[in-house]
Amino acid sequence: MGELLGTPGSPRSLPLILARELASNLATPMFLLDAGGMLVFYNDAAALLLGKPFAELGEIPSGEFGESLELSTPDGEPIRKRDTPSAVAFYQRHPSHMTVMATMYNGLRREYEATAYPLLGATGEMHGVVAVFWEPEHGEHSAS
Amino acid sequence: MKVRVWGCRGSVAAPGPDTVRYGGNTSCVEVRLESGHALLLDAGTGMRPLGVAMEHDLPVELHIMLSHLHLDHLQGLGFFRPLFAPGLDIHLWGPSSPVQHLAERIAMYLSPPLFPVRLEDVPSKLTFHDAPEVPVTIGSATIRAAKVTHQGPTVGYRIEENGHTLVYLPDHEPSLGADLATVSTQWMSGHDIARDADVLLHDGQYFDHEYADHVGWGHSSIGDAMAFANKADVGQLMLFHHDPYHTDVELDALLDEARAHWPGMEDRVCLAYEGMTFEV
Repeated sequence: MGELLGTPGSPRSLPLILARELASNLATPMFLLDAGGMLVFYNDAAALLLGKPFAELGEIPSGEFGESLELSTPDGEPIRKRDTPSAVAFYQRHPSHMTVMATMYNGLRREYEATAYPLLGATGEMHGVVAVFWEPEHGEHSAS
Repeated sequence: MKVRVWGCRGSVAAPGPDTVRYGGNTSCVEVRLESGHALLLDAGTGMRPLGVAMEHDLPVELHIMLSHLHLDHLQGLGFFRPLFAPGLDIHLWGPSSPVQHLAERIAMYLSPPLFPVRLEDVPSKLTFHDAPEVPVTIGSATIRAAKVTHQGPTVGYRIEENGHTLVYLPDHEPSLGADLATVSTQWMSGHDIARDADVLLHDGQYFDHEYADHVGWGHSSIGDAMAFANKADVGQLMLFHHDPYHTDVELDALLDEARAHWPGMEDRVCLAYEGMTFEV
């Protein structure tokens, strides 16, 4: 989603504010994109998984974030930007789930289950996307 | 714009000898614009006396802007005399809903068995609008709404006219799940519409020591209201939505406590009271 305009520093809508507060209080790794497709937050659980706190990474376009994770299918097939669960939730406005391989900032490449859903407001307006990740029990692979 | 507070009590009307000075009527604020338009912020029980006063002094256009539909913000609507003026154009604004039109939700109250008259039977001409989350022009003012943290869909309103700004956030709990001292303002509920306001009418229902027992109820402690106002850099904070159990004497004490939060800037905070008038 790197081609989308980002919205650094813009005020957050209430659904996004509440989603962040929810994420902040969960042990489930959770990422938030805003209505412009920017990665605007991930929680401490996600930071543990990624090997980098959000404060260090800062807001970046979600497409750029996805690229840095080198997302692929478990068979090694690269996942196109628009096919990731977050992108499907963002562009097609419905929940999406996928098993993905991703390389973390600490170099570990692992298998993850990823689910994303859109935050649609009362009149159907897009506020952003919530994505959660978790590791299947057999998921660790050595860095490629 | 000229502003008059017709009701600033929260939750339920609280008439009686102990609430005479701050008043017992629930939320209703009249804003008269330079253009002659009137914006009525909420339709609590303060709307009844407002309707009597307005009956022979109808504005160019009448807009009732509901922050949300809890009864203390709606109950006066059925007793607002202009509602029964045949053919009078009245615009009603309120938070949007994915499932029910604003008219349907208001009609849940304005219909039997809760009320003898059906909303569809009132003789005035009602037009319903979703609260404007992009700026709209009404007369000489620009108005914008934003959803804020409370129980259920709730908005605050920002009204700008001739470079002056009034913000109305009567029911708001910005500290729910957030530390107002450290959270960035872009992640603070209500900050975007409140920032740099000349006057902010804001929820200040609880003493700080009462708040711990009311987290999640949708209202603010005075400390949180002050912290929010400070972050939003407002000129004047008027605490609003007084707890129905707080007497005049207790509200005086609440104001003292509020002023203690802003030493040296005591003039920037006050308590709204029924009959209060001011210009922005």
